[in-house]
Amino acid sequence: MLKIDELKVSYGGIEAVKGISLEVPERKIVTLIGANGAGKSTTLRTIAGLAKPAHGRIHLQGEDITGLSPDRIVSKGITLVPEGRHVFPDLTVVENLKIGAYLRRDNINDDLNWVYELFPRLKERSWQAAGTLSGGEQQMLAVGRALMSRPKIIMMDEPSLGLAPIVVKGIFDIIKEINHQGVTVLLIEQNANMALRIADVAYVLETGKLTLSGSGRELLNNEQVKKAYLG
Amino acid sequence: MIQEKRSKRGALLGLAASILVLVLVIVLENTLAPTSQLFVVLKKGAVYSLVAVSMNLVNGFTGLFSLGQAGFMLLGAYTYAILTVPVSAKDTVYYLFGGSAVKFSLPDLFGGVDTPTGLILGVLLAIILGGCVAAFFAWLIGLPVLRLKSDYLAIATLGFAEIIRAIFQWQALGPITNGANMITQIPTFNNFNITDESGKVVFRLSAFFPMLIMIICVALIVMLINSSYGRAFKAIREDEIAAEAMGINLAKHKMLSFVISSFFSGVGGALFAMFANNAQAKVYTSTMTYEILLIVVIGGIGSISGSVLSTFLYVACSEWWLRGLDMGSFLGIKLGLFRNGFRMVVFSVVIMIVVLFFRQGIMGNKEITDLLKPRKKTKEVAK
Repeated sequence: MLKIDELKVSYGGIEAVKGISLEVPERKIVTLIGANGAGKSTTLRTIAGLAKPAHGRIHLQGEDITGLSPDRIVSKGITLVPEGRHVFPDLTVVENLKIGAYLRRDNINDDLNWVYELFPRLKERSWQAAGTLSGGEQQMLAVGRALMSRPKIIMMDEPSLGLAPIVVKGIFDIIKEINHQGVTVLLIEQNANMALRIADVAYVLETGKLTLSGSGRELLNNEQVKKAYLG
Repeated sequence: MIQEKRSKRGALLGLAASILVLVLVIVLENTLAPTSQLFVVLKKGAVYSLVAVSMNLVNGFTGLFSLGQAGFMLLGAYTYAILTVPVSAKDTVYYLFGGSAVKFSLPDLFGGVDTPTGLILGVLLAIILGGCVAAFFAWLIGLPVLRLKSDYLAIATLGFAEIIRAIFQWQALGPITNGANMITQIPTFNNFNITDESGKVVFRLSAFFPMLIMIICVALIVMLINSSYGRAFKAIREDEIAAEAMGINLAKHKMLSFVISSFFSGVGGALFAMFANNAQAKVYTSTMTYEILLIVVIGGIGSISGSVLSTFLYVACSEWWLRGLDMGSFLGIKLGLFRNGFRMVVFSVVIMIVVLFFRQGIMGNKEITDLLKPRKKTKEVAK
């Protein structure tokens, strides 16, 4: 579905991504794992159009989307849940969700109900300012907001960051549920254990290069991965 | 949806309140003595509140710190004045430059300022064109400066306003702008009073007119803010990264907000020219921008009703209620201290006290319609 060829991205003179190629099959959960500074976030940001690639191409369902502006990419069906949640703190939960559907001109009420079904907690809090939610609820809101654009692919940048283990489990259950309902997921995580457990396909990224790939289960049992990321 | 119901109720409340205010203005105007300071407050308040709301749109709702307001007002005021000086008066107004380069006058095209159609069509068209010219210049300078953030954007827009002011005073442009002299003889609010054949005023509408224009413009801005565009503006204010990731085109929406805000500042400038009976560049200084910024801050950044409320309080204090402090007698107290300038001392202290006790401004980022039903809101959450 999403195909990346030889992608290179530079950041202020430093090449953060040094030519990676990967594929995200439709309706699967794909995860990229790697240490800090491996280039995971940069890869996602480049796919989302927030960073411009120096080299390489990105194709969505055969269509070249390299270097398009972020709003064009969202309208093509790729939405990013940014690292650190980034909800709009002074706006209510409903308003946050509506902004997720900003580029759509059709009726969004069904999707609002869909998101509320996925996250009943958000429905209870729909009139609260997003800044007053707990970390886990904010993460739910960030995911719900991204789903409001009806994406084909949802990309998540460290959804477990700074959350309690029980909350993290809830988030991962939701990711599985979203995927089950037909949305392709591209996930990057430092919590490799959790990510590999739910991933259909996994890639290991080290200092801007892909070093390993396989199914989530394969990598979970891989000695190298065990040593470096699972501890 | 609950929210839509709520905003509909807010809109109805706003409409009812506006009609009430307009009726009240007409009644007051035709019963009280026309020399009452109240009408100065109403007229100037209408003009300033429109500009304050337009400034709030860009500074409070979109999070762009722009200080170009006076510049855009100047563009609106001059466009209005240049297009409405009656053809018969051009030679006297532009006597230093041997007449005006603009050979026509909008009200004259529709039958002259003395006929209702000439007055209404001509003046309205000139006001709208004033807004358009301001919007066009906003677009022009927005291209380079909207890439800047916070203080840098403020400095760039402030600089723009100063440059515009200098250009409009330039003698070489005299046949159009009348150089450093003011453009007079333009239709003012008083032209809207209905007179009989002998010229005696039979029905006063001079405060009604600016109030009406202000209410229409503010209603348009409120509609914009409650639309999906308004949500996008607020998203940009709250978090640019997330807004961009959600598919909001930052450059486009910032420009949109900036241009629309400048349009209404331009309209406000045209109204200010009508209020002041003339257009002259030296009035539109950065002090004027700061005055409006002060009003916006006191009213609450991100609150439309706060801006309107604080404008009228501010104008009433500076033009009316504290007058006595300059004249020697205030609230019946006579003191030698009460002489020219003392009013501003007291006024500054009042502002400092207000800012100390209302850190978020009078209204914070709430609207009056939110305050009317605070209990209802919690009930809806519980459902």
